[in-house]
Amino acid sequence: MQIYLPIAEVAVNAFTLVGLGGIVGLMSGMFGVGGGFLITPLLFFIGIPPAIAVATGANQVVASSVSGVLGHVKRRTVDFRMGTVLLIGGLIGSALGVLVFNLLTRLGQVELVVQISYVIMLGFVGSMMLIESLRALRRTRSGKRTARRHHGWIHALPFKVKFRSSGLYLSVLPPLAVGLLVGVLSAMMGVGGGFIMVPAMIYLLGMPTKVVIGTSLFQITFVTAFTTLMHAVSYNTVDVMLAVLLIVGGVIGAQLGTQLGARLRAEQLRILLALVVLAVCAKLAMDLFLRPDNLFSLTPGIV
Amino acid sequence: MRGLAVLVAFIALPALAQEAGNQSSVPAEAVTGGAEIMSFPSPEAPRGEIVPPLDIEQAKQEKPETVVAGLSSDSVAITTNFDGSEVTIYGAIKRQTPIPDDSQLDIAVTVEGPPRSVTIRRKARRFGIWVNTESVVVGAAPSFYSVATTLPLSVILSEEEDARYRISVPTAMRSFARPFSVEDPVDFTEAMINTRIADGSYRVDAGGVKLEEETLFRADFRLPANLIEGAYKTRIFLLRDGRVIDAYSTPIEVRKVGLERWLYRLAMDRPFIYGLMSLFIAGFAGWGASAAFRAIQRK
Repeated sequence: MQIYLPIAEVAVNAFTLVGLGGIVGLMSGMFGVGGGFLITPLLFFIGIPPAIAVATGANQVVASSVSGVLGHVKRRTVDFRMGTVLLIGGLIGSALGVLVFNLLTRLGQVELVVQISYVIMLGFVGSMMLIESLRALRRTRSGKRTARRHHGWIHALPFKVKFRSSGLYLSVLPPLAVGLLVGVLSAMMGVGGGFIMVPAMIYLLGMPTKVVIGTSLFQITFVTAFTTLMHAVSYNTVDVMLAVLLIVGGVIGAQLGTQLGARLRAEQLRILLALVVLAVCAKLAMDLFLRPDNLFSLTPGIV
Repeated sequence: MRGLAVLVAFIALPALAQEAGNQSSVPAEAVTGGAEIMSFPSPEAPRGEIVPPLDIEQAKQEKPETVVAGLSSDSVAITTNFDGSEVTIYGAIKRQTPIPDDSQLDIAVTVEGPPRSVTIRRKARRFGIWVNTESVVVGAAPSFYSVATTLPLSVILSEEEDARYRISVPTAMRSFARPFSVEDPVDFTEAMINTRIADGSYRVDAGGVKLEEETLFRADFRLPANLIEGAYKTRIFLLRDGRVIDAYSTPIEVRKVGLERWLYRLAMDRPFIYGLMSLFIAGFAGWGASAAFRAIQRK
């Protein structure tokens, strides 16, 4: 069934969109990631203009992160103070990101920069995750546990604040920087940034794992909401029809994913996620290096 | 029969005079540049305007053959499940005199979407990866262009007449935004036309017009699903000896309706409210999903 998207001004198959949302929802249910890093490239691939894919992707992440964070608020696994610091960084980053995105659009380099950012980020995160989860798998087999890491330089920074839920006494600068980076990514790539923020919170800030996901989702909800609004007001690029179809698929996929995830072991899941991340990275890298079929591309408007 | 020839010459005369006037102001290579109609004209080549209405009205009195036409529908509504549309253009040739037998009658029918500006970019390898480097801006190119004819355009239409009436695909493009930063802007427009022919936005259908007894004709057009809003111009040309002997033009209104229109207007006129609405929908869906999931789990 074809459906006409009023803002994108293209007709696409509604079931394709629900299916895409479903796959991404499945991933988010199984792995606890937003899945924005998959949805934006997939939307490019089915012919949605990049600016609309990014803005609408952010809107879709709002739905999935709201869904996730509510459960965490109930279980009291959100560090609101840490979340707020991350959020302040995130909002500044998002505003910066929207500006840079517009500048790159005018230069005609937005797709390239987004693509390169994806390749670097997914390559880095994917290989880190793979190494980490393979190590964890070996550890559980041999029954040994490793000691908590120490980060001396982070504790030497000024502006220290108590984060009670996380049990940390830490400078606000590192979480601000993490939030800023994630905000920029959110605005430029249409991602929530959980796949960066979660490892950064665990390994860089040393937060306890139990509050990491909830706090990350709390930050993502507000940053992606802000990003959506910025894109909608500045460039009219949020297609609500597209978002609704993705959300419908995402909601169903997330339910299935959660049930499927409960039956698999955590280490195996992480290896699987790492492989998916690396596969997407490899595909994007190939597009950069191989000669394109058509050297010319068309962009509507004088930009 | 001789009287008729004189009459045709009489009608063609002003056109010829105008042609000569054009040529004087234009470098010769621009006019003789393309070997065939489907070649891509230089951006410096002249783009004629449609014959002023006054001329048509005047000529109508004396023309031996005029076109009378109709559309299967003069408006297209873009609804939520819009999946393209069919438009049939049909008509007849009206004559006061017998059918001339010294030349063959041919017909070209065009449908043209609202013009929009386009930036055409070329990729080149830089540091091992493929990067957009040079670009050319076309100030106005039809968002959709389809031309159906009885025989290939290069056979039935002269280059001069094509440049005047902008019938073939390359001539339908309006203007380049200058100055050019590239040496070969024509390559860029050629690439644009090829890309749009490949994705179905531009179409050339030789043989798409069925002509019966040199009097009745019809052409079927398929409007694709990725239409944009606006007035689509339909034109019908009667051709003899490579010249346009009569032309007819009528619009087809393409409009978003219902929900599509409401959403589009809201997004453009009240983007803040539209953004909040998008967020509300997303938030509500997220809340609903988690609530529904908990309800299922409780059971």
